[in-house]
Amino acid sequence: MSLSTKNILGAKDLNKQDIQQILDTAESFKEISTRSIKKVPTLRGKTIINLFFEPSTRTRTSFEIAGKRLSADVINISGSTSSTAKGENLIDTARNLEAMNPDILVVRHNCSGASALLTQFIKCPIINAGDGAHEHPSQALLDLLTIRSHKGDLQGLKVAIVGDIRHSRVARSNIKAMQTMGMQVRVVGPPPLIPVELERLGVEVSSDLSKSIKDVDVIMVLRIQHERQNQMFLSSLREYSNYFCLTAEILAQARKDVLIVHPGPVNRGIEISLDVMEGPHSLILNQVTNGVAIRMALFYLLLGENNANPN
Amino acid sequence: MPTLIKNGRVIDPANKLDGSFDILINDGRIEAVEPKGKISGSKLKGIAEIDAKGCVVSPGFCDMHVHFREPGHEYKETIETGSASASAGGFTTVAVMPNTSPVNDNRSVTELILSQARKTSAINILPIGAISKGLKGETLSDMGELKEAGCIGYSDDGRPVMDSELMRRALEYSRMFDLPCIQHSEMLDLTLGGCMNEGIISTELGLKGMPVEAEDIMVFRDISLLAKTGGRLHVAHISSGGAVDLVRQAKAKGLPVTCEVAPHHFTLTEEACREYDTNSKMSPPLRTHQDIELIKEGLRDGTIDIIATDHAPHDLADKQVEFSKACFGIVGLETALPLTLKLVDEKIITLEKAVDLLTHQPCRLFNLDKGDIGVGKIADIVIFDPQSKYCIEPEKFKSRSKNSPYKGWQVRGQILHTLVAGKTVYSVGNE
Amino acid sequence: MKSTLLNSKDISRAVNRISHEILERNQGAESIALVGIRTRGVAFSLRLKEKIAEIEGVSVDHGVLDITLYRDDLAAGIQKPELKRTDISFTLEGKHIVLCDDVLFTGRTIRAAIDALMDFGRPASVQLAVLIDRGHRELPIRPDYVGKNIPTDRSKRVQVLLNEEDGEDKVFIQEPDNG
Repeated sequence: MSLSTKNILGAKDLNKQDIQQILDTAESFKEISTRSIKKVPTLRGKTIINLFFEPSTRTRTSFEIAGKRLSADVINISGSTSSTAKGENLIDTARNLEAMNPDILVVRHNCSGASALLTQFIKCPIINAGDGAHEHPSQALLDLLTIRSHKGDLQGLKVAIVGDIRHSRVARSNIKAMQTMGMQVRVVGPPPLIPVELERLGVEVSSDLSKSIKDVDVIMVLRIQHERQNQMFLSSLREYSNYFCLTAEILAQARKDVLIVHPGPVNRGIEISLDVMEGPHSLILNQVTNGVAIRMALFYLLLGENNANPN
Repeated sequence: MPTLIKNGRVIDPANKLDGSFDILINDGRIEAVEPKGKISGSKLKGIAEIDAKGCVVSPGFCDMHVHFREPGHEYKETIETGSASASAGGFTTVAVMPNTSPVNDNRSVTELILSQARKTSAINILPIGAISKGLKGETLSDMGELKEAGCIGYSDDGRPVMDSELMRRALEYSRMFDLPCIQHSEMLDLTLGGCMNEGIISTELGLKGMPVEAEDIMVFRDISLLAKTGGRLHVAHISSGGAVDLVRQAKAKGLPVTCEVAPHHFTLTEEACREYDTNSKMSPPLRTHQDIELIKEGLRDGTIDIIATDHAPHDLADKQVEFSKACFGIVGLETALPLTLKLVDEKIITLEKAVDLLTHQPCRLFNLDKGDIGVGKIADIVIFDPQSKYCIEPEKFKSRSKNSPYKGWQVRGQILHTLVAGKTVYSVGNE
Repeated sequence: MKSTLLNSKDISRAVNRISHEILERNQGAESIALVGIRTRGVAFSLRLKEKIAEIEGVSVDHGVLDITLYRDDLAAGIQKPELKRTDISFTLEGKHIVLCDDVLFTGRTIRAAIDALMDFGRPASVQLAVLIDRGHRELPIRPDYVGKNIPTDRSKRVQVLLNEEDGEDKVFIQEPDNG
């Protein structure tokens, strides 16, 4: 029992069996977080380094708690992207960390491909906790876990991902992972926020929110970044909200059992209305809980791999 | 000492010569070109001989688009190392782009380059002067002074002339000096922050794309200006199929436009970026299969005039970084021949045409008395074995930099000897 | 090569006897809880629970323990066993816990199980019931209830099959395949 990949760089590297195994393992880990002593000794003596070049509370904390619940030593390092023009910073930091013999490196960076670059310098497994607009695989996995625990099976489910697809690593990871699991993905957003040739990935593209959520099992709402409106992608957040905010009125046209997920943090009233966010369809807090279980599963499955020793 | 190159297949497009000839070189010039075995008698006493059996003997290659980084970025390349790279690739003449530091936008920098070349280079170095002062795209450089100092063309390469008014005046003014304006065609407002072709791969990788329209629009703009301005427009490193078509139409109208293509733009597609390989990060970016097909069509029908490498050496520190932060470019000189010969294998062009694109055509475009091995001409010659197979090993490049996406490629076509003015400047296995 | 050590009837008799011993030692079923160690300890513990109910008319608390996360050989780089749920939904305080497993060998599994159990609370005592004790202990662990002592060669493998998991009841010795 082991994953087909040494690093978790993206959902694109995970096959169906890998994803199933990660979700199953995470399912078993959920129980630990409900105990009064929320810790098992599994990764005692292991060192996990969270190397974050971008500010993040949610994801970093989730990885940190996951590591600690497995008894690993978790160290948080904030990398700076501002220094040096040539970006030796990342490589230098990586080389330094390698010398400290970590067992897992969790990396977040604002450049797409940064974690792939690090694999050239780091021997231990790397988990990509978000690289630019490329991938954020653990987020997609926790989304799938959340959806699966409500729907039972992922195969054949229809999903609408709404918002800024262009700049979203969450969307990219989810598209890949969902397609691997046999789900149908539709993306919804204003055309400037849809990257070119996306349809070639087998994704349906729409800019009509009400129409495109009618027949789906899951609506994933993405965070819209305020700074986009100054970059020619958006006229204004107000107008964006007019067309793409998931309100109770629009939701009324969806299926009664539709699920709503959001990778957070939420801009209330811009991409989703408060009543919908806190309503019965919303799984936003389940996602946070499941995030810890997914990251525990990733740590567990990545450590000590490739070293089969029967009995 | 006189040298006889014998038993080779001589391809000299300038003189429409292709066949078994022997070439006698004396005093740096071509003394005789005669059918195989016909140079004999007293002439042959005490001379050096090069047996070119099974090989092609042609004028030394001429690359009208290289970056030798000197002055300013000698850690990437110098005129000396760049020249060594050129001669290893069969090139005897190169035109160096002005985006050095300081920029080659005045006589003193041009003279510095030429003086460095005399001291350290065994090949012919021809400077290209800037179109605008400091490459800033604001005011015209002193084009007359640059020509007098030895520049053979004008370009802001590395960046385009964005300002249409300035480009218009550059085309007009350069007419006075009868030198081409070489444009790096890229609408910067469309490519801001971009690092690869915009398309399915950039979408998947989450990288900012550089749309093909950024190239097409500027080529269209420049061609539009040309009808009124006159002058000569040379489109550098054409990478877009659409731009090839625009040049074709302009030529049909009789406009004074020419263009070049770099080997990577007819060899690699955007797929090469998939693993975030920064050695495949180029400007203009590697495009699609369809673009390659249209470029090949352009080579076949003569729309594309010459092959130029856009040799852009970069240190490891500039390439071994996040993809979006890496420098654009490739070490081009040492892989140009085998990549061009692939076009011959694919029957896109003939071997003779391939040699023409690398020799006679660039010299014709830039009014150079080179790329011609007729009797009396300076003996700049390359001898290559078009069949010999080998593996591309960037670590063995003569260039100071090793940035090449072709590492490990099995290719055919090896440079055996490069001669400048009759003197061997490169000899395989004898380096 | 296999040789059968216990058949279905032998197992049934052992379960019967151990149930009586547990009740006798704990003076009834009042404060007893059974915890089965995955995988076959669970079936064994459920049989004891059933038997105790039959004898005393009391349904004792029952839990399931997956000790994977407490193993001392995980970090050493073994291949990952499939992780299954632990389920202990009663409080341990004041309870006499009987840990149940099919085979007692080195004692390392039991060490892990005790550690795991302690994370759920503080029981009055922990006792150990096993169907087979094959010896070769590596830790100071001793069973309180034993179905059968079977001295074995270290290299051999004692295999317990239980109806609930395997479709038949049987205990046999498996010679090493590549011995």
